[in-house]
Amino acid sequence: MMKKLIIGLFALSVNMLPAMAAGPSVPLMEAGNDISDQPSLQRGAKLFMNYCLGCHQMQYQRYERTFRDIGIPTEVGQEQLIFDGSKVGSHIKNSMAKDDAAKWFGAAPPDLTNVARVRGSDWIYTYLKSFYKDESRPFGVNNTLFPSVGMPHVLQELQGVPTPITEEVTVDGVKTVHITGTETDGSGEMSVDEYDQAVRDLTNFLEYVGEPTRLESEALGIKVIGFLIILFILAFMLKKEYWRDVH
Amino acid sequence: MFGKIIGWIDDRIPMTRVWNMHIAQYPAPKNFNFWYFFGSLAMLVLVNQILTGIWLTMNYVPSAEGAFASIEYIMRDVDYGWLLRYLHSTGASAFFIVVYLHMFRGMIYGSYQKPRELLWLFGMFIFLALMAEAFMGYLLPWGQMSFWGAQVIISLFGAIPVIGDDLTLWIRGDYVISGATLNRFFALHVIALPLVIVILVFLHIVALHEVGSNNPDGIDNKRKKGTVPEEDKPKFKFHEYYTDKKDIIDAIPFHPYYTVKDIVGVVGFLILFCWVVFFMPAMGGFFLEAPNFEAANPLKTPEHIFPVWYFTPFYAILRAIPDKLMGVAAMGASIVVLALLPWIDRGSVRSVRYRCGFHKWNIAGFVVTFVLLGWVGATPQTDFKTIVSQVCTVTYFMFFVLLFVYSKNEKTKPLPERLTK
Repeated sequence: MMKKLIIGLFALSVNMLPAMAAGPSVPLMEAGNDISDQPSLQRGAKLFMNYCLGCHQMQYQRYERTFRDIGIPTEVGQEQLIFDGSKVGSHIKNSMAKDDAAKWFGAAPPDLTNVARVRGSDWIYTYLKSFYKDESRPFGVNNTLFPSVGMPHVLQELQGVPTPITEEVTVDGVKTVHITGTETDGSGEMSVDEYDQAVRDLTNFLEYVGEPTRLESEALGIKVIGFLIILFILAFMLKKEYWRDVH
Repeated sequence: MFGKIIGWIDDRIPMTRVWNMHIAQYPAPKNFNFWYFFGSLAMLVLVNQILTGIWLTMNYVPSAEGAFASIEYIMRDVDYGWLLRYLHSTGASAFFIVVYLHMFRGMIYGSYQKPRELLWLFGMFIFLALMAEAFMGYLLPWGQMSFWGAQVIISLFGAIPVIGDDLTLWIRGDYVISGATLNRFFALHVIALPLVIVILVFLHIVALHEVGSNNPDGIDNKRKKGTVPEEDKPKFKFHEYYTDKKDIIDAIPFHPYYTVKDIVGVVGFLILFCWVVFFMPAMGGFFLEAPNFEAANPLKTPEHIFPVWYFTPFYAILRAIPDKLMGVAAMGASIVVLALLPWIDRGSVRSVRYRCGFHKWNIAGFVVTFVLLGWVGATPQTDFKTIVSQVCTVTYFMFFVLLFVYSKNEKTKPLPERLTK
């Protein structure tokens, strides 16, 4: 049994083609987000707490440091962004039982703390813009980037109902219908540009949570490398001085 | 007062003698070039790994339930935990970079040749221990790639006839990779293997100082006693241990000349190293693989399973051969054959500078082969890449076969009398 599993594993890793990396190859859109843009991060946090946290946790990230990092005063955050009465020092969790979730959606909604590091920001941005109306699915929507995904289109009230733009392609004499994009029916609260920005903000927030120390790291890195460059010059001069009697 | 303290210590332990013999009065050839930085850099990285490792251990939880969360705790809640972890993860890759360059130096200047065979073998044992250390360390974050990478690599031992299945069971301590595997890998990673590596590094240096350093010219700078005229001897004081037996030419004391030079190398290296640590610690997925940011899930196989970049040349050799047992054997042989280099190379001229033109091409071909193998081992396989890996597997071993053949009666250039610049 074990042997078969492992041989199968090998065959899998050997035969995989790059095109199969994440289902069908949909070209990723550029998220164009900026983690130093605090208003964007704050809007993203608001979207996350309102639309995502019901199902998806950030079980390794705490409210307090999040508020601090993205410039939200602790009291304001406590009052407006913590909906379940958690303490401000707690992890960003919900109370949905994993087993229930798996029953309802087919698979438990994944934790999103590191999603930007696993999938990349462009993937998240593209994913959130790739839902389209598909009555054959349990929640009435499908996704071009992640076909048959178990997640409903929770941002539909913002985007409106997205319908697919199709194109007929003939490959080797066989006509196939190909979804090239989606367009909204305009029933959402936001315009197309506003929705793009909202998705960008949410992506931005997820990228920040994936590595909350990124900006701190770069600020410290510049100082460290500046110091090392000066030290390098001094070390080089010291070496020259000592080696004068060798050459 | 200070002299008194030193004297008191020297009466009880040979502090000054060891300092002089191995540092202040150790004769090192005067023409070390760029390639000679990587030995001291490997030591620097080893120290970095040990120090950051100690501090990481203070907050790491070695259990299947707690490992992944404790890494995130280190990354998010421990003061400068992210820095410690990035120093350690980048250090792992840096270790292999400097060690590969260090080994390459040995290859081009023939540093493995007589009388440095044992020195080379100790080095190969360090390389082996380092691979085991890196492999076991990679399981500890308990991410998807940790789990499935270990699954694939441990299963390789299952290819060994008769004892294979029992052997994999013995290594894992379970029928699958589990908390039992994680705990034993943790024990080996933080104490057993580091201890082995430190001891081997010590022996590597003892062996080096006994035979003396090679140099870019590959000629001996220790001559028979009494053959070197007084005016040709260097004006520096070397320890009697070396000068009693031989006359030494073109040498300088390790300290201060190479200590100040190595500081330049160290700082230059740190600039590049810190640039990665602070600005791109994942190195585009090469140093930290994206799937490893997801906790290990025994029920969900990642789409692609790759070892980290430093194993990929050997992994590509494994995958190039359709038969699993033969693949494992070829992978093992690719490392054994490196260790046998001192006996495969039958030449008497060490440095590539004075060897035949074919030797230069052979080494260049080997470098290309190694890089290509690394590339095909690190990317999803296609039919084309399978062919590349098979061709490269052949050329990898061809390097040694050819070397064995032409080194016997090689047409070499005349060696210089003295070390050149």
